[in-house]
Amino acid sequence: MLLRHTTKEVKEREGLTINPAKTCQPIGAMYAALGVHGCLPHSHGSQGCCSYHRSTLTRHYKEPVMAATSSFTEGASVFGGQANLLAAIETIFSVYDPEVIAVHSTCLSETIGDDLQQITKKAKDDGKIPEGKYVIYASTPSFVGSHITGYANMVVGMAEQFAKSIGEKNDKVNVIAGWMEPSDMREIKSLASRLGVKIVLFPDTSDVLDAPQTGKHEFYPKGGTTIAELISAGDSKCSLAVGCISAEPAAVALDKKCKVPFETVDMPIGLSATDRFIMALSKAGGVKVPDEITAERGRLVDVMADMEQYFYGKKVALFGDPDQLMPLTEFLLDLGMIPAHIVSGTPGNRFEKRMREILERAPGANFRNGAQADMFLLHQWIKNEPVDLLIGNTYGKYIARDEDIPFVRFGFPILDRIGHSYFPNIGYSGSLRLVEKILGVLMDRQDQTALEERFELVM
Amino acid sequence: MKGKEMDTQNINLLEGREKQVYEKTAGGAEVDIACEKTSLSGSVSQRACVFCGSRVVLYPVADAIHIVHGPIGCAAYTWDIRGAVSSGPELHRLSFSTDLQEMDVIYGGEKKLYRSLIELIDQYQPNAAFIYSTCIIGLIGDDIDAVCKKVAKEKGIPVLPVHSEGFKGTKKDGYKAACLALMKLIGQGSTEGISKYSINILGEFNLAGEAWIIREYYEKMGIEVVATMTGDGRIDAIRRSHGASLNVVQCSGSMTTLAKEMEEKYGIPFIRVSYFGFEDMSKSLYDVAQHFPERPDIMEKAKEIVRDEIRKYYPEMQKFKAALAGKKAAIYVGGAFKTFSLIKALRTIGMSVVLAGSQTGNQQDYKNLKEMCDEGTVIVDDSNPVELSKFILEKEADLLIGGVKERPIAFKLGVAFCDHNHERKIPLAGFIGMYYFAREVYESVMSPVWQFAPRKGGAQ
Repeated sequence: MLLRHTTKEVKEREGLTINPAKTCQPIGAMYAALGVHGCLPHSHGSQGCCSYHRSTLTRHYKEPVMAATSSFTEGASVFGGQANLLAAIETIFSVYDPEVIAVHSTCLSETIGDDLQQITKKAKDDGKIPEGKYVIYASTPSFVGSHITGYANMVVGMAEQFAKSIGEKNDKVNVIAGWMEPSDMREIKSLASRLGVKIVLFPDTSDVLDAPQTGKHEFYPKGGTTIAELISAGDSKCSLAVGCISAEPAAVALDKKCKVPFETVDMPIGLSATDRFIMALSKAGGVKVPDEITAERGRLVDVMADMEQYFYGKKVALFGDPDQLMPLTEFLLDLGMIPAHIVSGTPGNRFEKRMREILERAPGANFRNGAQADMFLLHQWIKNEPVDLLIGNTYGKYIARDEDIPFVRFGFPILDRIGHSYFPNIGYSGSLRLVEKILGVLMDRQDQTALEERFELVM
Repeated sequence: MKGKEMDTQNINLLEGREKQVYEKTAGGAEVDIACEKTSLSGSVSQRACVFCGSRVVLYPVADAIHIVHGPIGCAAYTWDIRGAVSSGPELHRLSFSTDLQEMDVIYGGEKKLYRSLIELIDQYQPNAAFIYSTCIIGLIGDDIDAVCKKVAKEKGIPVLPVHSEGFKGTKKDGYKAACLALMKLIGQGSTEGISKYSINILGEFNLAGEAWIIREYYEKMGIEVVATMTGDGRIDAIRRSHGASLNVVQCSGSMTTLAKEMEEKYGIPFIRVSYFGFEDMSKSLYDVAQHFPERPDIMEKAKEIVRDEIRKYYPEMQKFKAALAGKKAAIYVGGAFKTFSLIKALRTIGMSVVLAGSQTGNQQDYKNLKEMCDEGTVIVDDSNPVELSKFILEKEADLLIGGVKERPIAFKLGVAFCDHNHERKIPLAGFIGMYYFAREVYESVMSPVWQFAPRKGGAQ
């Protein structure tokens, strides 16, 4: 009973966060930057930040994660970090030779007041950026938003600082990926190709964080959106932002800079959200949905129908990140389940408003995001109203164990299982996998706890 | 650079890092390896920060709350990632943060810290509270000492500030800040009833239950263990630890400061030990026994333990040794002292060391390391993935011993791996730990998977 101290009585807390359901901006920026080909993320702050982010991403992906740091010292924090960053840019290009350095700030450099735009401009003016190489940046103060905000900010940086318009639209569609797994990005490319839509996907961490074993340590694995693709995004005919929190800001930036109109869709998790995604992508590409994809959809619906009795009326507690939670909650409702408690540490009114809309179908559901929306609160809610299933990242395992609840791992980070980076969680096939996982834990539970006379062979 | 001139073209060393790498060669002139430097800006360093140092040292104190004062990240990334186990309370495994927001940064976070502490102490009734300040606390000027004092007075428990702003030095400075906080506890409790034949175990964090193994050996020798710092740590034990006769210090990097302070203030002498490998483990029992010459029975008992334990595990290890003989290992760990033990332990199972490095070694450490190593061994301080990969391949290592960030690099290279950092899952300390270590190395090196995972991109 690791969480034996959790009390049933929910008291408003004024300052304290216990067992957070979020982390800080810079790790999101680092993850996004890994989705650009030949890019070395750079953390402009203390050495620890970079080390923690790399370790966390490594634990989640079981992959090497490369990133550099400005290695702030006491001097830098008094005199500003400009000298550190300029030195870092020079060192990185001469030793690690990336195509791009993607600099993100930290709480330290933001509080000191380092201006990344000005410093990177100075680096360029001083000739520290070799011809044909790039430095992009994103301001990611840890005391604002969450890891999701940091991801969104770095993707905005890619759109703003790379995309150019030569004035002639091409027939490509930008697909701007919200925070999702490499497997999901791979699935988006596969779906687009089967639809016959030419896309520029960014960022794209497939073939970066799911790299094959080759006997070599590839400092820059083969995946990632190329610079040429990112530049060309300014001439795409339109953009599709996949996730209103983590992807849309980049679509807005691109529209502003290069007049690329955009549409925002939910992350395609579950049936309804995938329907909307497929419709939006086929409309944007001016193509018809092929029978093959319609059949894939049909298979998902078929399984949902076959198994409806096992879902119906089951209460679920879930936690995680906004762009996943919105369609996931909707999917649970479509399956006949009851989302009972939902928390996300990521703040934001838009997220809150959208969740309220979705939860109109689940009166009585507890939902909270932002301050004090943490795992402690979720646990208290569960103590007050028990659930049949818990869905969330690895940190859910404490609650699952203490309260003896079937648990499906979903989200970031997953530190104790594999699969999330290899099998998609999105699209019809990803949704089918989710259905399988949910059924797996529910039916295992039924098998474990059924009385002998009710122990069923056929389910 | 002497020893052997490093071919910087070939191994692609980071400019400015040549002096932090050394290859031992026959007849090579003595050269001092440069260390205890801050990392170069722009390096892909494997190192962490001051906060990290403080957090890992104090983390295992299980009946205290540990609250991270700052934005959420520092608390989130250090939430239960170290397998420092407790036999009782487990408050250390929870994550508490003041989660500072923009307004707090502008107007200061003292009030939020105060409220958080009150809420926490009311909720959890801990025996003490540690408050870690993160990078921006130093900048926004929160007076956390004042808040701690106020809360301590109101709640009647020790509330200890840990000045661990990330940028104010290296991980080692974080160790010092942690030791300072511990010093404030030490001396507060009663030493009544503590045996003359007593020790404190310092620098043992009870990863996978290692402190329990060590403690049992000493107790079998008839020695009272007053406090372990900080593995399976308890506030009351720490408060009375000044009653012990001897401090036994492992992981010297983190705890030597504390041992020295305790020597100065309370006249407690200290010895440095290591619990890895038969050789060092035996020595750490003998050295303690030698401290109590008037009790020859303690030494007798120590000899008996060593004899029994080695008799128990040595034969079993021969199987591993037979298979591992002639295999080569690369070591890249946090502290240099650990590297020494690992070299000896690896020799016990017939393996040689081709690369030895640490994140935080000092001049003396590297001198010792050079003496210990075979010819051809590369010695590095504060290395990075490029260097590590290059040397592992060039030296044809069969095994890498390191931590979380090094593991996937080894696997990508098709090289076996052993976690000797905080993600170890089984105890590696003590005699039984040496057996487990040999078994883990054996299992990884001999895994059939390597036949499918080529080295050097498949080139023979």
